[in-house]
This record gives sequence, structure tokens and C-alpha cells, in this order.
Amino acid sequence: MTAKPEIASPAVGEVVLSAAVREEIDHWVAKYPPEHKQSALMAALRIAQEDNGGWLSQGHLNAVAEYLQVAPTLVTEVATFYSMYELAPVGRHKICVCTNISCMLRGSEEIMAHLTDRLGVDPGQTTPDGRFTLKTVECLGACVGAPMMQVGRTYHEHLTPERVDRILDSLE
Amino acid sequence: MLNIQINGVDVQVKHGTAIIDAAAESGIVIPRFCYHKKLSTVASCRMCLVEVEKMPKAMPACATPVAEGMKIHTKSPKALNAQRGVLEFLLINHPLDCPVCDQGGDCPLQEASLGFGGGVSHYDFDKRVLHNPDFGPLVATDMMRCILCTRCIRFSREIAGVDDISTAGRGENIRIASQTGHPLTSELSGNLIDLCPVGALTSKPARFTGRPWEYQHRSALGPHDSFGSHLQLDVRGTKVMRVVARECEEINETWLSDRDRFSYQGLYSADRLTTPRIREKGIWREVDWSTALEFVANGLQQVRKTHGAPALGALVAPTATLEESYLIQKLIRTAGSPHIDHRLRQRDFSDQAHDPVFPWLGGAITALEQKTAFLVVGSYLRKEHPLVNHRLRKAVLRGAHAMFLDAVDRAYNYPTSVSMVVPPSAWERSLLAVAKAAHAITGRAIPTGLDALWESIECEAIHRTTAEHLVNAASAVLLLGNVAHAHPRFGALRNLANAVAELTGASVGYLPEGAGTVGAWLTGCVPHRGPGGKTVTVGQDWHTMVTGGVKGLLILGAELERDCADPSAALKGLHQAAFVVSLSPWVSPAQEAYAHALLPIAPYAETSGTYLNLEGRWQSFQGVVAPLGETRPAWKVLRVLGNLMDLSGFDYFSSDQVLAEAREAIGEVTPNNAMPCVVPAAISSETPALERFGEVPPYAQDALVRRASALQATPDGRVPIAARMHSATLAGCGLIEGAQVSVRQGEGVVRLPIIVDDRVAKGCVFVPSASVETAALGPVVGGAVTVVAV
Ligand code: SF4
Ligand code: FES
Ligand code: FES
Repeated sequence: MTAKPEIASPAVGEVVLSAAVREEIDHWVAKYPPEHKQSALMAALRIAQEDNGGWLSQGHLNAVAEYLQVAPTLVTEVATFYSMYELAPVGRHKICVCTNISCMLRGSEEIMAHLTDRLGVDPGQTTPDGRFTLKTVECLGACVGAPMMQVGRTYHEHLTPERVDRILDSLE
Repeated sequence: MLNIQINGVDVQVKHGTAIIDAAAESGIVIPRFCYHKKLSTVASCRMCLVEVEKMPKAMPACATPVAEGMKIHTKSPKALNAQRGVLEFLLINHPLDCPVCDQGGDCPLQEASLGFGGGVSHYDFDKRVLHNPDFGPLVATDMMRCILCTRCIRFSREIAGVDDISTAGRGENIRIASQTGHPLTSELSGNLIDLCPVGALTSKPARFTGRPWEYQHRSALGPHDSFGSHLQLDVRGTKVMRVVARECEEINETWLSDRDRFSYQGLYSADRLTTPRIREKGIWREVDWSTALEFVANGLQQVRKTHGAPALGALVAPTATLEESYLIQKLIRTAGSPHIDHRLRQRDFSDQAHDPVFPWLGGAITALEQKTAFLVVGSYLRKEHPLVNHRLRKAVLRGAHAMFLDAVDRAYNYPTSVSMVVPPSAWERSLLAVAKAAHAITGRAIPTGLDALWESIECEAIHRTTAEHLVNAASAVLLLGNVAHAHPRFGALRNLANAVAELTGASVGYLPEGAGTVGAWLTGCVPHRGPGGKTVTVGQDWHTMVTGGVKGLLILGAELERDCADPSAALKGLHQAAFVVSLSPWVSPAQEAYAHALLPIAPYAETSGTYLNLEGRWQSFQGVVAPLGETRPAWKVLRVLGNLMDLSGFDYFSSDQVLAEAREAIGEVTPNNAMPCVVPAAISSETPALERFGEVPPYAQDALVRRASALQATPDGRVPIAARMHSATLAGCGLIEGAQVSVRQGEGVVRLPIIVDDRVAKGCVFVPSASVETAALGPVVGGAVTVVAV
């Protein structure tokens, strides 16, 4: 799993969650008992991230903390723990390559080598043209199709370098 | 009680005990990192694994409660094997840099590695590398060493009540980080050093200066507030190298305030006075003790001869030991003068006849946790008395109502139910309104004359809520803090607090300012009471003394330019006095200007003595290092002075003798705050457009802490010397933030920048006291000021 960078932009001004974002968060909050607003934290972070073009600034983390009335450090703990939250801007397509045990046994190292070669970036980096961000992640629960990667919201399984090329070629 | 067996021995333990504590009761130590009895249990380090018969796997002793018939083995091959495995894991990323680590020699991880670890690891990967977050001037970080026990995080959240550190990342990348980017802000943050089981968090001031095995561990008491915390001073040769907490469940539990932990640095400040000095014809020179003491005795005798014995007086700092207080009052009174006082930060003595024999907390420290409501009058409790605040915080987390009457809306580390933020001149009216509202609820007998006072008072919702909480509480207390004591109408305020107590059923507690305050009261370091509260010829209070009441003055441990409630008046008076002797561990420029003799006396750590804490507990301590240079313990200096002045009864061989005599003079005293409520004739009608509020900043309380450089570098040590005002007040004066203004109070004028701070009560100008820059202003609390742009 790629180490997360330190939070890119500490306290870049105040972030105000849009009405649409708040409404969507409320939908999740309503699923839990009122004294457990905190349970909606993961959903809230995802919603805020999607709204912000795929990443969360410290301002967003603070805004979510305030909206759900939880300690800001708790939000940070969650946001830095899970690999699906991004704390720095990402490319148009986020490529998450599983390097956990099943995928490793089935050749994820070769897939990774091919990707770093083709994109010219290391895991955790974004191509200069802003098209791709490359990451390694832990098991995504698709071991049966190992080796695999997730691009955006789509899982691609049974990867070979050629398949990877075809997938990338088909993306803008 | 449950019957269990530990390592083959049958024992009985209480239901619900964790194995780790049950074993400790039988003297069996199970290694641990994450477990701490004062923090929540997370069972994350797995160091405490033990074998429990019939359980398939080794169990974490900290998170496994005992059960009837349980058979536990803490040293069986299965247990040891599990512990060895855990240790190998914990050391995968540990740098093993014990030779350069401050924790080395004092480190549970090092001990466990020696005791349980293997010599060789199966893992030879590269170790992870982490950068070290900035935790401020008190705590050094070395995160490579962190074993992620999360004690630091749990302490911050659960005890300090602040949200400033957390984990970041996951798996191999997880680390402890300061999320806000601000250094630790808690007044208890130094406890992280004691808690961290490895060298990840160590004392920054003590860093790289010594090794634990070079230290002698000596006992001491907290020398600042009146809590009486137990300290361990680690001493090497003649120097105090660091301070850590000594456990005392009834007082400080396992905690220390940062002030008690780091103030020892002040012992070695550059302005320590180490040789006696005398001033003749305006020239200071260093002399030996016999010359100095003769000079002082002659000077005092001269004043006595020229102006009569009552022209002598003595002022005592609230840090003096009981022995010092006892001796100095004995010296002055035997010399024939009734003028002695220690209440240097108090201004109003009109009601002193009704003082309790010694104003105290009103109960045991531990009982604070059982309070269900409390109203703090005039105190930034969190900073003034950090561990009182900590005990009350526990009460609040159990549902108690925290209420405050203050001139600043403070940030507390727990939810507050009521915050009455008004200028000091309105405090009497606020208490009266609470009393009136309380009467409306309880219908209790009105203290005579109170109804006439409250006739014109309007009760607002906030007063009614306060009254309700106090009335409905099973156990409520009103606490009078340092600023209340400095209030220009302390007498009235105190009586109104008594009235509120009578009408609500609450009790009244005092928060004595310094470690020596209670002792000073009991030994008769007040002009109206002798030792044990005995009746004496009433002398002058400190203010009358310094403003011309006396000609010859002995000052013990106080720097009057900062340590009193009216520094400008004090300085003016001191310059006119015929003979001023300062007994002080340090020398300040102001002292050099007003004193005629400077006698270096031993501060805490260098002298033996006794402190009584705010619950009236007698605690004695020894000197742990030799006094610096020519410094002498004050009790010895006072003894010789007594003899040189031909006073009888000053032949002591030890401070124990002084203590025994003081004890006898004090006799049996039952503390009692419940004084009759003497309703003031009127309440203050003064409502200045702008009034001064000048509390003592957290780390400016006494001469020692003011010289502790690391504490001074923290935000609480760097309270800006400025005029802080509410934006509405500012707009009313037509001023803007950042502007330079001249603040005038009485005859004093100082130039200060303006800071906008909406936490300050409207109509108040917050100018910190205990600072030479603001000493020219008048009394520190209350009183009209004007602010004009320059
Ligand atoms: S810094 Fe120390 S106390 Fe905090 S988690 Fe690491 S080892 Fe534990
Ligand atoms: S190991 Fe790659 S998806 Fe499970
Ligand atoms: S002490 Fe028991 S798991 Fe850490």
C-alpha cells in the first residue's frame, strides 16, 4: 500500500460544504441513531471528496468534523487510514493496483512494473499531464480475478501487461 | 470476591478486576505498554499476553477480567513464548538506539527486551522512517521509537481533554501526529513524557543532559499552586536535572501540571542571587554573610530606634514554607511590631475580621469528583489550579454542571453549563441576582438586609439557571479563585458568595493561591491573627505597610514589582521606605532599585520545610540539593537575624525544631469556611465605562516559574503584553486592532498594542499583570481606565 503523503494543504482557508453535499450527508446521518452521527463519517468523507474532484483538503476534513460534530483529529484518523480517501489532488483516472497476497502470487509485481514504466511515475504519483494517478492498495476482495486493479470505479481482473495497455488506451 | 490461581498460588480478587491488576495485587508484574490504570483499555500492544488454562490462546492480561476458578500462568513457556513473539514484532521498526535515547535506562521496552526478547530478529527489512512532529517547547518527539501504544492519544483525549494529537495512516505507515499543527496546548502536556513507555516522547528541556542511572530520585512537593502535588526530583550532584510525577492517589494521582514539572529550570536562571549584597550610599557590593546580617540587623534596629518598633513590617510571598512564615511573623512580632502580611495579591481587607482561620477548599480533593454543580468565581481555574480543574472535569463528565463568573469567556476542557462573563464591577450584582433567583426557588431565610440590596436587581435567565443548578445539585460548591481575591471588593463578593451558598444549600471553598498560602494563614502571617488564628494586636495589611505605613520592611520571596495587586503603589512606597531588605533566591532590577540589602535564600529543592495544601494536609519535604553558592535556607537566616536583633527564642538547630514549635503554637485547628454571611451595606455602584482586568498569566505566578525558560516559550508563557478588548468595546472607543494606545489607570500610563478578543467581557480592558511592562498601572483588577490612540 502506498504511504499517504502528509496532508497537502493544511487549513487552506475555510471550506463550506455545499447544500447538495450536506443533503447527501444528511441522508446517511438519518440511517443511524441521532447520538451516533459519527457513524456517517466515512460516507460523508466520500461525498465531500467526490464533490471536490477526488480529494480532500484539511479544510474539507474540518468542515466534515464540524458538520458531524466529531473531533477533527478523529476525522483525520479515518481519512488517513483508508486508502480510498485522497489528501492531495489526483489525476483524472486513479489506478489502484492490488499488491496483496493473491494478486502478488498471480503477478501483480509485473503489472506494477509495467505501469510505472509506461506512465513514468512511481506509486503515489500523478503523471505530469494530470491523466493518471498510480497507487498500490491492499486486497480489494477480487482475489478470484487476481491480479487486479481498480480504475476509477471499475474493477479490471485477470490482468496482463497487454490488457493493462488496452485499458489505459481506452481512457482519455 | 472471586477465587483464582496465579502462578500456582490461590488468591481472592474483586469481581471485574483485569488479570494484570489481579497479578499486581500479588506482586507479580506483567510487562505492558498500552495499559495504564488511568486510561481506557485498548489492548493493542499485546505485550501482556499470559496463559489462562482452558483458553486456547494466550490472553491479554489487561483486557481479560478474572473469572471464578481461573488458573493463570504469567511465566509459563506458553506465556513467555507469546511475549517473546510480541516483542520481536514491536522491535521490527524500533531503531534500537538506546545508547543515544533519553529513555535508555528508564525504559519499559528496553527492560522487556532484556527480560523476554531474543538477541536476534527474524526480520531484517529496512526500518520505516518518520519525521518528528513539533510538539512545542516541552516535549521532544522521536517517532521512530514509537511503538504505537496510543497512551499519548488516550491521555490527551481522556485526561487533558484536548484534541490535538491522533494517529495518522495505517499499517506500517501509522504514526502519531499533531493534527492541528499547533504544539500541545494543555497545561498537563508534560504527562505525556511519563506516560510514553519508550523514548518517543521525552522532556525537551532535560534532553541529552543526563542518564537515568546517574540520578538520585528525591521527593519534593509542587511549589506553585496549593494543590501539594508529589514530585520526584531527579538529582545529579548538586543539580536538579528533571522532575517527574510521584504517585499519590489522594492528591495528584499520577499527574503533574506542566508548571510543577518544568519550573525547576528557574533554579538555574542567570539572575540567581548567590551572594549577599548590601547597598551603601547607592552602591551595591557583595559581602559575606556575617557582614550582610549585621548590616540588616543594624538597619532594622536603627528603624526601630528612630521610628519605634511598629515602624517595622514584613511581607511574605505565598511560596514561603510554613517554617519560614512562622519565623518571620515571630521575628516581627517579637521585635514589637504587629505588621505582617502574605496576602499580597489581595486588595480589600474590609471584611478580614470574618476570615476563616484558614480559607481552604472546604473538603478533600477527591471529594471534588463527587460534586454535581460548581460555580467558580474569579479564576481561570484550568491554568491557576490545573489539577483542581482536572478533578472537577471528572465530575463534569459524570454530569455535573460547571459554572463560571469571570471577566473572560475561557476555553475549558469540558462543557460548561453557565458562563457569566461580565466586568469585575458587575460581579457583585451577578451574585446578588443568583441569590435572588435562588430565594425564589427555595424560599430559604434571607440573610438580613439582602432583600434590600437585591430590590433593584433584575434576574436574567442565566442567573436563574445558575441558581437552579446549585439548588438541584446533591453536592454543590462555590469556589473563590485568585482573581476574586484581587477584586477591589473582595469582602462583599465573598459575603455574597456565602449568601448564595446559604440560599442554595451549596458550600463555599477557597482556592488558596500559592503552595505556602495555607501555611501562612495558619502561622499567623496576617496582621489580624496570630498562629492558629489567635487574637493579636491588629497590624497593617501589606498595602498600608508599603504605602507609608512602615519604614523598615522585610520582604520574603516576593518581587513586589510583579507579586502584588498594586505594583505601582508598592514601588512608589518602597522607594520612600527607610530600609528595605529582600530575602530572595533571585535578584531583579526593581529589587536592586528599592532594596538596601539582598539576602540569597534557598528556593524549593534547596531547603527543607512544610507546605499545607488546600485541603489542609501537612506535608514536609527535605532539601534535595545543596543551596547554590552562598545561598542559605531562609529559616537559618531568620534565626540569625532574630539573634542579632537580641530577640529571645531564636535558637533552633533544625527546621524540624521550628516546625515542632509552630505546630504547638498553631494547636488544633478545625478548618471551617462557613462564616456568617455579613451582608454588605451596599453593592458597588461604580460602573466605569472601561475597567481594568489584569489577571496573572499562567506562568507568571511566582519568581520561580517566571524564570523557567521552556514554560515561558509555550503559548501560556507568551501571553502578549497588550490591551485586549471585545470588538464592541473597541468600536465604542473608535479604535482599531493593532493600534498603539496609551492605557491610563489612576496616575499610571503605559503604551500597548490593541488585540481584539471577543472572549473578553464588554467594557473590560484585559491587561495582564505580574509584568514589569504593565506595573505602572494601578490595581490589577477593577478600577476605571481610559484608552486613547497615540
Ligand atoms: S509516542 Fe509513546 S505514548 Fe505515544 S503511541 Fe508512541 S510509544 Fe505510545
Ligand atoms: S489480494 Fe488482490 S484482490 Fe485480494
Ligand atoms: S498492555 Fe495489554 S495489550 Fe497492551
